[in-house]
Amino acid sequence: MKNTLLQLSGIGKQFPGVRALDGVSMDVAEGEIHALVGENGAGKSTLMNIISGIYPYGSYEGDIIYDGETCRFSKIRDSEKRGIVIIHQELALVPYMTIAENMFLGNERGSMFDIDWDETYAKADEFLNIVGLVGLEESSHTLIKDIGVGKQQLTEIAKALAKNVRLLILDEPTASLNEHDSQKLLDLLLQFKSQGMTSILISHKLSEVSQVADRITILRDGRTIETLTKGDDDMSEPRIIKGMVGREMTSRFPTREPKIGDVTFEVKNWTVYHPQYEERKVCSDVNFNVRRGEVVGISGLMGAGRTELAMSVFGKSYGQDISGELFVNGQKVRLRTVRDAIDKRLAYVTEDRKGNGLILSNSIRINTTLANLAKVSRLNHLDVELESRVSNEYREKLRVKCSGVEQDVGNLSGGNQQKVLLSKWMFTEPDILILDEPTRGIDVGAKYEIYKIINDLVGEGKSVLMISSEMPELLGMCDRIYVMSEGRIVSEFTREAASQEAIMASILGSTAVSKGE
Amino acid sequence: MKIIAALKKNPMLVALVAVMLLFQVLIMASGKGSLFAPRNITNLIAQNGYVIILATGMLLCILTGGNIDLSVGSMVCLVAAIGGTLIVKMNVDIYLSIAICLAAGIFLGAFQAFWIAYMRIPAFIVTLAGMLAFRGLALVLLQGRTIAPFPQAYTVYFGSFLPAGATPNLKLTVSLITGIVLCAVLLTVESYKRISKIRKKYEVEAYTWMVSRLFIICAVIMGAFYSFGKDRGVPVVLILLGVVVLVYYYYTAKTVPGRYLYAMGGNEKAAKLSGVNTNGMMFFAYTNMGFLAAVAALVCMARFNSSFPDLGRSYELDAIGACFIGGASAYGGVGTVGGTLVGTIFMGVLNNGMSILGIDMNWQQAVKGAVLLSAVAVDVISKKRKTAA
Repeated sequence: MKNTLLQLSGIGKQFPGVRALDGVSMDVAEGEIHALVGENGAGKSTLMNIISGIYPYGSYEGDIIYDGETCRFSKIRDSEKRGIVIIHQELALVPYMTIAENMFLGNERGSMFDIDWDETYAKADEFLNIVGLVGLEESSHTLIKDIGVGKQQLTEIAKALAKNVRLLILDEPTASLNEHDSQKLLDLLLQFKSQGMTSILISHKLSEVSQVADRITILRDGRTIETLTKGDDDMSEPRIIKGMVGREMTSRFPTREPKIGDVTFEVKNWTVYHPQYEERKVCSDVNFNVRRGEVVGISGLMGAGRTELAMSVFGKSYGQDISGELFVNGQKVRLRTVRDAIDKRLAYVTEDRKGNGLILSNSIRINTTLANLAKVSRLNHLDVELESRVSNEYREKLRVKCSGVEQDVGNLSGGNQQKVLLSKWMFTEPDILILDEPTRGIDVGAKYEIYKIINDLVGEGKSVLMISSEMPELLGMCDRIYVMSEGRIVSEFTREAASQEAIMASILGSTAVSKGE
Repeated sequence: MKIIAALKKNPMLVALVAVMLLFQVLIMASGKGSLFAPRNITNLIAQNGYVIILATGMLLCILTGGNIDLSVGSMVCLVAAIGGTLIVKMNVDIYLSIAICLAAGIFLGAFQAFWIAYMRIPAFIVTLAGMLAFRGLALVLLQGRTIAPFPQAYTVYFGSFLPAGATPNLKLTVSLITGIVLCAVLLTVESYKRISKIRKKYEVEAYTWMVSRLFIICAVIMGAFYSFGKDRGVPVVLILLGVVVLVYYYYTAKTVPGRYLYAMGGNEKAAKLSGVNTNGMMFFAYTNMGFLAAVAALVCMARFNSSFPDLGRSYELDAIGACFIGGASAYGGVGTVGGTLVGTIFMGVLNNGMSILGIDMNWQQAVKGAVLLSAVAVDVISKKRKTAA
């Protein structure tokens, strides 16, 4: 057995209202590729942020022992000095700088007041050579914005090499890469391994994980479940999936007698292109429908295009070059603006309640009525008293814990903010509600209340489309579940046919298939 | 306790009263008359009328998301140049000239608003360009010279006093009656609001609290109108200011589009996803700024009785300063017309008081700068403390 390079023991991390990590322990041997897998929200990224010092010492519990020493990193620089480099899923490159400038950003050659550009570019070429970027038409003088995502990813790796990396952490490095680039990157990792470098690979693509990893640690709900070792354990995809999803049902769901009617909302051949990258399809030929009194789930990994689908449907709030047809109660409609969508009785409750949903500096009253001020005004004159009354009604109905409707929503807990956001959209009297991650980042008790509200809504004959990354939630709440992967609906399950394993296999299977093309 | 809480809610109002008292003491001590002398109260209004108008428009721009309009000074100059050319040089009908001036302001505002709202060029850049371009056009129109004097038929609408040509006694009587009528209207409206609230079983403020609040407001109104009566009468421009302040107070506080303006500044993405036409709101705010700049230009033409190349120089800074001193947030979404009014008067009293005391102009600038920074700093720090608590 080789030396242990990194040892984590009892790592815990508390966010307001959420326990992200709880007693996580793992060890990484020198010179291995150690994969870290788990569902969205299992705590993988949080753990890596702790190792790299983004969450400083003191903000978490437990010990990090690196190269035989207990480490107390207070910032990224500290961990980088010790040779730990993390490459995030969202690349941290400056588009209008050259490859070389990016590579040595924060690590400049020469002295503080005299950057040695000759050395910068010479060294850059050297590292680019190692990662195999040279020989192509690009030189280290090329601007980052002019090269593709795959090459940008390789630039990140070259940047890490320039920092004398010993432990390289890659967070979903192949998420946005095509098959060819992914394979190239994996080969590179294997090559580094043969030269003695250690890597931690976080990935949803289990085929890749099985292919390159020496060991696999599975995280679930902020805990380490198990570590599989190549040779000793079964490292097949079904085995990994079982570890990822095989939890007991800790949360419960309120029961509901489904009373399902006709189709109220239908989307046909819906295709959306990325707002910046014209040639990138975000949703491709999507078809789905929702019936009266039905809760329909959309499952999928982050980046599958679920939010983008919902927002593009909701008055073209996302994307460009949108094509396809929408039907409300069997009638074809065109929703050009959010106002059109609201008028056709659609509501979209965003996943990002702080960024896109609420005005944090304003009161509950103002947030509740914002999307339907017509109902509390006459000839554009606002009736503030009426506003107070209706917002109070919703506050009581949804049991928002607050000092009163004049309290700013920024001071509420996540669960209560979510309730205000729901109030806001219930106040528009929608028939079709699209709920995007309605229980993200809120505690179990508040989740249960949100579920009850959803059940009440469909009980009144409304239709709910629920996007969620939490599979038990979809299984517990939905009458039907669509699975989305890489911008396509890849399968549809009835309540009876749906299971965590089946959905996960469907997501991962489709990924493997499309990669094989 | 309630009084302290109310004062804490309006720190700038407290500061305004404090500054007024400070100047009064200093001015009396140095034997230079009184800040509250009838003539000086009238001067305060005449000197700051255009700032109130511009600051109100600026507030709407700031509310959209901390955007400012640097071009208002130049717009005032250009509109005044147009007005001077029409009225003085070409003898065009006065009403037609006023209409053309207002239309010109709306056009200038809409032109900038198009680039800001629909092309999404940062407001700072568009209005910086406007500041240069409009000043240049004004100079071209004026040929670098001053146009003066304006006919009395024009100045009477913005620069005269009511009742015109009356005896001092009649002036005082008319002023006081006007003041009493205003107080009566205020009291009636407030009582009506209170009664209807009680009938609908809504919460109302304590009776004594309301009485003392209204008493202070009425005392201020009566004091001001007494001063007008003792001096030259009620300034006509005051009516215009009253209308502007009331209309925009109503717009921002009581209407749906006003609410959208605040929502947009608070969180533009959330407003957009709530069906707010954010581009339309932005377009309106800057077009409206052009309109109010034209109104301010009409006032300035009458006050200075001329249109001259340097007219409106640094007015944009007065307007922006008044908004921020009045509690508007530099990030948008926060600020009121009432606050802006207090901010304007604060700046006005500062200017006026220091001038009476004979403080060197250069020092006056330095003091105003320091006051602006400290006012905003106090605001930011007190908010930080509030969120920390």
